[in-house]
Amino acid sequence: MGVGGFGAGLGSMEQLYQQLILDHSRRPHGKGLLEAFDGESFQVNPTCGDQVRLRVTLAPDGARLATLGWDGQGCSISQASISVMNDLVAGLALPEVAALGEAFGLLMHSRGRGVPDQVADSLGDAIAFEGVSQYPMRVKCALLGWMALKDAVAKAAAGDSSPAHVPEGI
Amino acid sequence: MTALSMPEPALIPEAELAAIRADFPILQRQVRGGVPLVYLDSGATTQRPTPVLHAMEDFATGRNAAVHRGAHALAEEATEDYEEARGDIARFVGARPEEIVFTSGTTGAINLLVSSLDAASTGRGGPAAWQFALTRGDRIVVTQAEHHSNLVPWQELAARSGAELAWLRVGPDGRLRLDDLSQVVTAHTKVVAFTHASNVTGAVTDVATVVAAAKGVGALTVLDAAQTAGHMPVDLPGLGVDFAAFSGHKTLGPHGVGALYGRLDLLEVLPPGFYGGSMVEIVTMTEATFQPPPTRFEAGTQPVTEVIGWAAAVRYLSEIGMARVEAHEAALTARLLAGVAGVPGVRLLGPPGIDGRLGCVAVEFDGVHPHDAGQYLDSLGFAVRVGHHCAQPVHRALGTHTSTRATLGVYNTPAEVDAYAAALATVRPYFGVGE
Repeated sequence: MGVGGFGAGLGSMEQLYQQLILDHSRRPHGKGLLEAFDGESFQVNPTCGDQVRLRVTLAPDGARLATLGWDGQGCSISQASISVMNDLVAGLALPEVAALGEAFGLLMHSRGRGVPDQVADSLGDAIAFEGVSQYPMRVKCALLGWMALKDAVAKAAAGDSSPAHVPEGI
Repeated sequence: MTALSMPEPALIPEAELAAIRADFPILQRQVRGGVPLVYLDSGATTQRPTPVLHAMEDFATGRNAAVHRGAHALAEEATEDYEEARGDIARFVGARPEEIVFTSGTTGAINLLVSSLDAASTGRGGPAAWQFALTRGDRIVVTQAEHHSNLVPWQELAARSGAELAWLRVGPDGRLRLDDLSQVVTAHTKVVAFTHASNVTGAVTDVATVVAAAKGVGALTVLDAAQTAGHMPVDLPGLGVDFAAFSGHKTLGPHGVGALYGRLDLLEVLPPGFYGGSMVEIVTMTEATFQPPPTRFEAGTQPVTEVIGWAAAVRYLSEIGMARVEAHEAALTARLLAGVAGVPGVRLLGPPGIDGRLGCVAVEFDGVHPHDAGQYLDSLGFAVRVGHHCAQPVHRALGTHTSTRATLGVYNTPAEVDAYAAALATVRPYFGVGE
């Protein structure tokens, strides 16, 4: 009985694990929590228990994202996604951060069918995650950091700088 | 340690195993663009043999009706099939038919029991049910090895009743620390709920020792047999537990059906926790009287087709013989554990030998997250579970968060296990770790 063969399965693996993703997962950017913050979010992926705590500060005028810092653990897709996101959003106006998050969400739910050019162009390095969209069970991994960012920014914009709820004994 | 011996590991002969596999068409599948499927996720759900599907089809196309209501021919036949199925399930675990309450699964069974205990705690069921009542100062004991389904319902019952939740810890080898029993199971303990085997470490619990400690303080025992019922002979009355839960879909049966086992003398005085049609005798505008068990606990329309399918599944297992199923899986587990032991950068979660252990082999890769490892293994055709497997606390107790888990079934072959062990050795190199 032939078992454990190498078939076409590995081909889409290579689309999934692009070099850029592997590089970011090994040396993630923006890792480390900010001491002072305007908004904080804690998110988990219920399937695997992966988690991220992310803090943001806003520029003095409140209209731009100044800095972000995060800590967490997860698979290479989730870690690389947060790292790439970190590079893309620093310094952007809040509506631009939101638009980028929506574009990334579109890419993730494209099921490998691609997204319009203008969406793809807006995503910069984050387009490397297109292969994830072919694996519905992994989409949540790539979105984990983006969900935390959206939540932390919303809190910061609303003036809510309270710490995020983290369950006891985690 | 008592009651933890294993039978002599013995593979099912090749020709017989091939015949068994032929009963599971899904095992012939290819996945991910053409690699043969190697199904190693039976701990999550077992595959179903064709006799199960045929039994369900025969029922649905020939005898389908609501049971225990109506007097027409179909209603009579369906009721007969349903009660015969109860007898089959009961025999499978050494119980009497009246001691088997059908539920939606193990989770449904534990929640049903918790609802009943909650009802007793508010005075329902009268003085005969006072033995089930929980209040402030009482203690509910669970273990760190529990699946969330045998932990979260008890957390909720503790919160509602004011009882304190305490737990047995897991040692570094993944086994429960039974030396702590006398400290944890105190005189105030009313319930001891524990798993028959961890769905992460595969460690089988020494049930007799836990039951003795619980009985010593007059506590009820509740056994989660979801992981064991399909993989070893299980005699619930023989184990001496008061209640137990197990599932259809982990014993070659369909999803959506399972059972709560309860000692008859206890079920007879336990108040229901779920209400509606069929479980009542007389209903007025203000109150109702309830049927005897098990009907008292089966409110509403039951998943009859699934019950029929499940009975066919346990008959299928019984025909092979549960002792032979256990011996086959033990032989496969020994091969897999030996293979894992030889892979650099891989840590086994759970006991390293097959004594008192199921074919549930969870590992952690140094430098590779289980999601990534699982994705790679999936691309080679291996269906394994990655993540926390609905058991976060036991992972935390073992110093990690997640793992990559292979769980065996009666239909797995030595070739599959060997191929998987060989593939494990390629995971870290694929991700450029440990070169």
